[in-house]
Amino acid sequence: MDIFIQQILNGLVLGSIYALIALGYTMVYGIMGLINFAHGEVVMFGAMVTISVVSALTNAGVNLPGPALVLIGMLVAIPACMLLGFVIERVAYRPLRGAQRLAPLITAIGLSIVLQQVAILIWGRNYIPFPQVLNHDTIDIFGATITKLQVVIVVMCLVIMAGLLVMVEKTKLGRAMRATSQNPTVAGLMGVNVNTIISATFVLGSALGAVAGVMVATNYDQAHYYMGFMIGLKAFTAAVLGGIGNLGGAVAGGILLGIIESLGAGYIGQLTGGFLGSNYQDIFAFMVLILVLIFRPSGLLGEKVADRA
Amino acid sequence: MTKAQDSKKVGVFIASAIALCVLPFIVGGSLGNSWVRIVDFALLYVMLALGLNIVVGFAGLLDLGFIAFYAVGAYTYALLSSPHFGLHLPFYITIPLGALFAAFFGILLGTPVLRLKGDYLAIVTLGFGEIIRIFMNNLNAPVNITNGPQGINLIDPIHVAGVDLGTPISLFGLNLPPVYLYYYLFLVLTVIVVIMAWRLQHSRIGRAWVALREDQIAASAMGINIRNIKLLAFALGALSGGVAGGLFSAFQGFVSPESFSLLESIMILAMIVLGGMGNIAGVILGAVVLTIAPEILRDVIGPLQMKTMGRMLIDPENARMLLFGLAMVAMMLVRPEGMLPSKRRKAEFRDAKAAAAQKG
Repeated sequence: MDIFIQQILNGLVLGSIYALIALGYTMVYGIMGLINFAHGEVVMFGAMVTISVVSALTNAGVNLPGPALVLIGMLVAIPACMLLGFVIERVAYRPLRGAQRLAPLITAIGLSIVLQQVAILIWGRNYIPFPQVLNHDTIDIFGATITKLQVVIVVMCLVIMAGLLVMVEKTKLGRAMRATSQNPTVAGLMGVNVNTIISATFVLGSALGAVAGVMVATNYDQAHYYMGFMIGLKAFTAAVLGGIGNLGGAVAGGILLGIIESLGAGYIGQLTGGFLGSNYQDIFAFMVLILVLIFRPSGLLGEKVADRA
Repeated sequence: MTKAQDSKKVGVFIASAIALCVLPFIVGGSLGNSWVRIVDFALLYVMLALGLNIVVGFAGLLDLGFIAFYAVGAYTYALLSSPHFGLHLPFYITIPLGALFAAFFGILLGTPVLRLKGDYLAIVTLGFGEIIRIFMNNLNAPVNITNGPQGINLIDPIHVAGVDLGTPISLFGLNLPPVYLYYYLFLVLTVIVVIMAWRLQHSRIGRAWVALREDQIAASAMGINIRNIKLLAFALGALSGGVAGGLFSAFQGFVSPESFSLLESIMILAMIVLGGMGNIAGVILGAVVLTIAPEILRDVIGPLQMKTMGRMLIDPENARMLLFGLAMVAMMLVRPEGMLPSKRRKAEFRDAKAAAAQKG
């Protein structure tokens, strides 16, 4: 039972990070009908920039408590990633609007390679440790342990996601985004500046990605130029699981995927009589995805997806 | 068609056949054997790209896990012709077996995803590719099947009619190292794959794929069995992937899960899109360019920096990938329809452009 609660907690932490990244994918998909393959790289840049800022501050002898340092790092990383998201949209997507569907996919992949290489140029090929500024005190919950940091991560994720949902539902910008995702042409006729809205979507998604990147880096205590790939893939899986284009779905899909993954990793040994170990953790995400798509092709909360190939 | 055109065609055919036959000597003589090796790889990628082109280009099913079939072919050969299990079956058993396994996996993947389209299909195939790779990476315990991340080495080279392609031979006073021998083997198989793709494209099946790509409901109303035609696309695409995988295994003498990452799947897709989706000549061009270009960059960047700057500013490997990524982006922005688009696609682009012009 302890394992069960422990894995649920781990899954919640992992899942809320997935959810935050999945929102970035799903927002872009909802508006443009495209997979933003470079989103994982935005997450990676968020982590890297924060680490650089925190290291620079500690090296400069700035005497602030750890969380404040990380917050400053994050506040630098967020605008940096927003700019990155803006540039990605301008370079890789805007010129190709209306072109065949695979063309933006290839530019996004190309850009993804470029961003990884730029990260190598700046930060090198090795894993970069997160500076030891945060304490890793643990709390016991029903015999399972969770670090305070992880509690903060989950709470922050939930707050940010709630904020985003409120923004999309209540504000003018949110209404314009919803209108654009339903029908860009008509939204344009109603006085919505579609280009601005699309840019805003990328920028917002990138800001969430930056925060998620910081969380990944603090949770695992390291960052790497290639880290965006796998986490981006999982987060995209989460978005599809929840029903791509649906914000609530992305949140639900992310958290569900995180929990399934950690439960799977915790129990696969018992289930298969020791034949398969926890190193198969990554398989669960994809297995779940395939099963969901076979039995409920539009995702858990999704509507019918446009069938363009 | 006039006689003059006919004889011109024959002339071009003979000239290119001769060019292909002497290519390794020209490349090897001027640039060294490492470049012949790169040409060999280009041929392997041509086979792979043509296989994927059946699925993506002809049938319009976006597959991001194609490398899994390559992996299945490669591991089948590696397991059956290496000291790993002590089996040393000849290539005329292992390569067809690998191809059949790959086709089987193609159907295995194809069956559950029959109803999926577009991006959902892309992500499921991507997941499938990752699952295969994760299994290869981890199936070394408790029963060692794939030897895990270390991979399998000392794989037997191919023996054709008593000739070991893994050791140099002398023929008419010419010394032929293995890379030359494999070149000719790959060339023959590539030609077979090209002919297969060509014949398929202009057959009843090929037209059915186009119909499926354009409009599944209309195609089904015209009496096309959607399920069978989709599975056939997956199986035939996987088949050529499996053949290429077996060849890769024998050629390289070593396989590990690292060679079958998602990036490879994406590279093959990029070859098709950059070359011109659905057009066989375009796909071949795309595969050759994307295999050779990074290697040229590798050779050029280091020395160029030394000459102009006097020191290494950027690590050549880094600069190479950077330029490669930029080139991919630039190419798509300038020519989204690819270098050599098929006539049909060209027309589609023209229509889309005209429609966009009318709208805006």
